[in-house]
Amino acid sequence: MFTDYMLESIKKVEATRAERMRTEPRRMTAEEKSELLKAYHPDYRPEGFAEIKIGVNKGQKAPLELTQLLHSNSRLLNEDIDLTKPDYDVDVLVIGGGGAGASAAIEAHEAGANVMIVTKLRIGDANTMMAEGGIQAADKPNDSPVQHYLDAFGGGHFAARPELLRRLVMEAPDAIRWLNELGVMFDKAENGDMVTTHGGGTSRKRMHACKDYSGAEIMRTLRDEVLNRKIPVVEFTSAVELTKDDLGQVTGAVLLNMETGDYLVARAKTVIIATGGAGRLHYQGFPTSNHYGATADGLVLGYRAGAPLLYQDTIQYHPTGVAYPSQIFGALVTEKVRSLGAMLVNKDGEAYAHPLETRDVSASAIIRECANGKGVDTPLGSGVWLDTPMIELLHGEGTIEKRIPAMLRMYLNYGIDMRKVPILVYPTLHYQNGGLEIGGDGFTKAIPNLLVAGEAVGGIHGRNRLMGNSLLDIIVFGRNAGKAAAAKAKDVTLGKSNLDHITAYAQALSEAGLEQAGVSPLLLPKYARHKK
Amino acid sequence: MENLVNVYFFGKRYQVPGDLTIMTAMEYAGYTLSRGCGCRHGFCGACATIYRIKGCNELKTCLACQTQVQEGMYIASIPFFPTDKRAYEIKDLKPNQQVMMELYPEIYSCIGCNACTKACTQSLNVMQYIAYAQRGELEKCAEESFDCVSCGCCSVRCPAEISHPMVGLLARRLTGKYIAPESQHVTQRVAEINRGEYDAMIEQIMQKPISEMQELYNNRDIEK
Repeated sequence: MFTDYMLESIKKVEATRAERMRTEPRRMTAEEKSELLKAYHPDYRPEGFAEIKIGVNKGQKAPLELTQLLHSNSRLLNEDIDLTKPDYDVDVLVIGGGGAGASAAIEAHEAGANVMIVTKLRIGDANTMMAEGGIQAADKPNDSPVQHYLDAFGGGHFAARPELLRRLVMEAPDAIRWLNELGVMFDKAENGDMVTTHGGGTSRKRMHACKDYSGAEIMRTLRDEVLNRKIPVVEFTSAVELTKDDLGQVTGAVLLNMETGDYLVARAKTVIIATGGAGRLHYQGFPTSNHYGATADGLVLGYRAGAPLLYQDTIQYHPTGVAYPSQIFGALVTEKVRSLGAMLVNKDGEAYAHPLETRDVSASAIIRECANGKGVDTPLGSGVWLDTPMIELLHGEGTIEKRIPAMLRMYLNYGIDMRKVPILVYPTLHYQNGGLEIGGDGFTKAIPNLLVAGEAVGGIHGRNRLMGNSLLDIIVFGRNAGKAAAAKAKDVTLGKSNLDHITAYAQALSEAGLEQAGVSPLLLPKYARHKK
Repeated sequence: MENLVNVYFFGKRYQVPGDLTIMTAMEYAGYTLSRGCGCRHGFCGACATIYRIKGCNELKTCLACQTQVQEGMYIASIPFFPTDKRAYEIKDLKPNQQVMMELYPEIYSCIGCNACTKACTQSLNVMQYIAYAQRGELEKCAEESFDCVSCGCCSVRCPAEISHPMVGLLARRLTGKYIAPESQHVTQRVAEINRGEYDAMIEQIMQKPISEMQELYNNRDIEK
């Protein structure tokens, strides 16, 4: 399925393979990495960002597309919603049906709370389902939570909030235990030892996996557990605004039935925002590895209600998105491909960088190669080679089918056998490093009974996230949020619900001259092509 | 002009570029999807689709996000299929043949037609994993069904009305929880953390100034 021009370049990759396999490419120094990021990482392109004009983060920058949503009005501004007759009345309302939301719901239920999930698509339609490579936890004898802390803190440019990172690494082994006891099938050796590998930027092999369906295996198990517990899940229903009371607490949310267009009201003593990421906003025109619903809704709801954002200007571009063929453009090629030994190689067959630098560094190096004419041209841009046949040479025939079957299947659909030929990759918009700010207990600081978990949180990873720390954070912070929300619900007395904050927000927009910006949250990306 | 092909969404003809997937072709035609669209990368099973090529008798199943359009495709998405999941408490189950008999007895009504396997969008041997489940070979059922994305195309086509993805899921949970050997190193590390053995060290590293952390990070040894 490759073009003749691509096949010519493949010959150069094959010609250097034996020599490359004898030498490990040098890792960059801290100075080299810093210069590379400044020159090529999309976070350093000022034209991709704008200043936030209203709200608690006023004066800070955010991606253009997110700023546009923050500068938009509530769709409820001119609606008459009766908040006194809730359709649902619960202890804990979980907004979002991904890994964090499901974990939170299970733990809240375990703690005896009356909990429900609302989600705008189906439970499990989430980035969790698409996580391929694995989940980190320092549970091997040569490793420790302290080493994990160091790797994540350095990989995130020393910007992670220590109290959040502490929880992440200290509760990681228990997250693995919990998942295993729920029945997640981790890759294990015959003696029960977890099969673990490196990820970019790890100093110990602590990546646990379930082939390359790691997130899918975790998500379908959590979903099954939610359903077994008969926790109510209201699907195809979006939270479009939080409601508040005179004490500054949240009292629930206004929901939108995505199919009928009707509004519903949910009242809750505690609310957990677990709405995930923002890849479908396509920052700077990048394709994305994210699921259809990743439109930053929770950030918009939370921000409008007064919860601050943190690191909203740092985005993760996964180095290896599909560059070719166009049908799967932007889809994720798991980092595990590099963990298993595949090198990144430019069009001349040169291994221009170590394959397991952190994601921001690795992505920047690919962008540099392509910008300097060392990339392979494709119909939609350009890319570099990921030399997958090396995996079979290093670990034996059949390794690709056994360890990364999803990747093999995805490419075989288009006539490309990655066991025999390398594949073309280019960075894809993958993860929102920033999000709503929480304290070590999982609660937002501004609103006492509002919690955030999963990708919607900012500060756990700092300004770059390591592979395998996101599947970990949704479990660790999801579980914590569920427990904390259930406990807090016992002490909360709610006042009368109102939507005064959206009126105040509209006023602020108007004063800033921004009242024409549109409505948010976005809910679904606008992909439909209309002739007029 | 790019190469256009004729496709029929729910019987209505549209002309779309031939290099699109069924999903992107629907969007090209003007559809805004909510049902029948999930991860868009072949992992979630939301976009189960059934189609027939004009002039051919054979019905085919696929994931709309992973399948390129062809000339003359008659396409219907399956936005929801009522698979029958049984509720259970995983901690009360035992990993044996009995559990399948009790929770999914209809698997023994399989007539061996292999329609499930033919319908599988992941090219799994579905009938084989149902056979393993019948015999109580849960680990084999788990392995064989592992790449299932629960799109439900197998169940749509099954004359015995089996909810295959649910059977595979039960086998995998039982295998992960009960049959796979315990990971001693995980159990031990959890116990060490619970005993507070890392508390002092983690407190210490949290307090270090950035310059010292940079030094530690840039000079840490990396396992080969």
